[in-house]
Amino acid sequence: MKSHTYGRKALACAGATLLAVTTLLSACSSPSGTGTTGTTGATGAAGGDGSCTNKITKASAPQVTVWAWYPAFEEVVDLFNSTHDDVQICWSNVGAGGNEYNRFTTAIQAKSGAPDVIQLENEVLGGYLIQDALVDLTKYGANDVKANYTEGAWKDSSSGDGVYAIPVDGGPVGFMYRQDIFDKYKVAVPKTWEDFAQAAQQLKDAGFQGYMTDYAPNAIAEWQGLYNQAGASTFSFDIANPEKLGVDINSAPAKKVQAYWNDLISKKLVATDDAFTTDWYTKIVDGTYATVVAAAWQPGYLSGIAGADPAAKWVSAPILQWNGAKPAQVNWGGSTFAVTTQAKQPDLAAKVALDVFGNLDAWKIGVEKAALFPTYLPELTSDSFKNLASPFFNGQQINKDVYLPAAQGYSGTVYSPFTTYYYDQMTQANAKMIQGDITSDQVLDQVQDAIVSYATQQGFTVNK
Amino acid sequence: MSLSTLATRPLEERRSTARRLTAQQSTARRSTTRRSAARRQWWGWLFVSPFLVVFVLFLVAPLIYAGWMSLWRKGLVGKVKFTGLGNYVTAFTDPVFLHGLTRVGLYVLVMVPIQIGLGAVIALILDVAMTRLARVSRLLIFLPYAVPAMVGALMWGFLYSPLFGPLGQLFGIFGASAPTILSPDGVFGGLVNVVTWQWVGYYMIIIYSALRAVDPSLYEAATLDGASNVQISWHIKLPLIVPSMIMCTVFSLIGTLQFYTEPMVLRSSAQSAIPSDYTPNMYAASLGFNQSRFNYASTISFSLGVIVFIGSYIFLFLTRKRNGLR
Repeated sequence: MKSHTYGRKALACAGATLLAVTTLLSACSSPSGTGTTGTTGATGAAGGDGSCTNKITKASAPQVTVWAWYPAFEEVVDLFNSTHDDVQICWSNVGAGGNEYNRFTTAIQAKSGAPDVIQLENEVLGGYLIQDALVDLTKYGANDVKANYTEGAWKDSSSGDGVYAIPVDGGPVGFMYRQDIFDKYKVAVPKTWEDFAQAAQQLKDAGFQGYMTDYAPNAIAEWQGLYNQAGASTFSFDIANPEKLGVDINSAPAKKVQAYWNDLISKKLVATDDAFTTDWYTKIVDGTYATVVAAAWQPGYLSGIAGADPAAKWVSAPILQWNGAKPAQVNWGGSTFAVTTQAKQPDLAAKVALDVFGNLDAWKIGVEKAALFPTYLPELTSDSFKNLASPFFNGQQINKDVYLPAAQGYSGTVYSPFTTYYYDQMTQANAKMIQGDITSDQVLDQVQDAIVSYATQQGFTVNK
Repeated sequence: MSLSTLATRPLEERRSTARRLTAQQSTARRSTTRRSAARRQWWGWLFVSPFLVVFVLFLVAPLIYAGWMSLWRKGLVGKVKFTGLGNYVTAFTDPVFLHGLTRVGLYVLVMVPIQIGLGAVIALILDVAMTRLARVSRLLIFLPYAVPAMVGALMWGFLYSPLFGPLGQLFGIFGASAPTILSPDGVFGGLVNVVTWQWVGYYMIIIYSALRAVDPSLYEAATLDGASNVQISWHIKLPLIVPSMIMCTVFSLIGTLQFYTEPMVLRSSAQSAIPSDYTPNMYAASLGFNQSRFNYASTISFSLGVIVFIGSYIFLFLTRKRNGLR
């Protein structure tokens, strides 16, 4: 907040005083009001807020605090609590993504205030590993359930031999396109990336006013997936040797992919709008983009957006492949449950992380109410999930057709321990490339240099 | 001894008695004053204590802690080690920090004169026009200040949107495409507009109240001498409100150097145009919360604080003859 004024400051101070007074009063008056009495260690007090969003039904059981932002998660918590007598979940939603991470980072720094179990996206796990914030779950039986999860999701929540989180949902990537647009302009739907560039040109030549797709300069996780598909392995990192970091951002496959997109950009065949803005979601549904390289969670965000083209006929297809290359699947996003090192009873916390989404009843809520894409194989391969008809795709069984094979074919990614920083650097370099200031090769070369010098300065021994 | 008897005594004696007397009286007076002052001070502390507790707990203590933290260095891996002022050397040679500083410097150069100038002009006009329209416009111009900065920035984010904002439709009438404000080239002007919209009313009110405090007989005298409204404004009102304009400038200067909320909110709809280290304050927040580099984040915050202090001091020194501080 800008501190322009004394007026506002005075008001804020008055408010803060009031707040402090009430906090003191309430702290004095309710030492043991809720169901947290009688528990040792992993109690509500360890979760920062000290209050649960959900109702605790078995007050005598020890509690495990959980931070998560999944939609409809309260029902999953209630299900867990009603089926467990030895432990109860005390859940709070402290914000999605970055908001939660800010609080977690602060709690790590303060050495108190973190929950026992926390929802983390797989791409940020490494950053918390090097801060010694997460517990290795192999001692609590994580490897016993390894067979229940897809290979890629399991690898994404592991580092070396350690397993630092239990996967929940994933983001296998597919290719969705507007059948009606391709029909109208009599262009064949592409199957390979080579076709895709051609089809983009053909659509434009036939008079299509929109763009083939959007190259969002800030959707780095998506483009990273495409570098990986072409054969890049950008980072190598194992928490067993936390000082060693391999950085290979400007590899030949990555440069090929980056040059491919820059070519489409310079020919004005693809748009360059930022992702995750209201405009972006609208442009997806209003016919501005003919195709979207979409993760499994994306269609869920698209129904009910105003301005949608009523004539739209969306079809979901497997992700495009490079001509002649071995087919490779891509993942974009996905989250996990990790146990923090601040958990006083890590065994109970691990039990929660393992069990909360480790059964079909919980997944029934997860799929039907929260539209999560499971990494839990019993649900993923169940008939009910495979045969689910998507209303957005006019009843197409997209899980069976596209996302299930994509999830099973995905082999995992190694993320850097400073994902946000890497994404920020890439976003800025991409923006410069779109402006025409630097070439596609320079994007990757410059970010490689920036990341190597950053990592070195941060104490890593960098292997280029 | 009564004072009347003193008159008959010799001069010498009279003097010394008088001295003694006044000395006695004043000691007595001083001691009672001191006692009651001490009592009053105790009450004073009691009344101030709610503020003081909050002030020490949430401002002084964190400041000392952050200052202490800024003297240590810790990489993402490896141990913490004491570096003294080493972090400050890094900060003032850090291209990201320096770039952020030049950027807010540019904002100061553009935004501060616009805000204070507009505020002053509007105040001068409103001071002359005492109609109902003037009162309504005074309220309307002040109103954006009542909107929280967060909400204001969010709102402008939508107004700037090429799809939903009025700009697209407005330019569409003439068949032109709207300027893309949320692009790397347009975002500077976009932010200047948001901040100006929000703060002009506030500065206008400060300057306006300074104008209301001016003795109207000055205007009467000037009118009798045949001065026009413009002449009165320029030659009488403006010199009299310079101190309050200087105060506004200092507020604006400090606020702009600490630029944070508006670019942070607009960033959610323009990530590629507004990097996470756009201003020094954003850089510090990103270092702390995104990169877990709390020591260096403290250093950046302290360095910015020092620069804000020096900047305000230089400005107040340069304007010392007119700023009304003495």
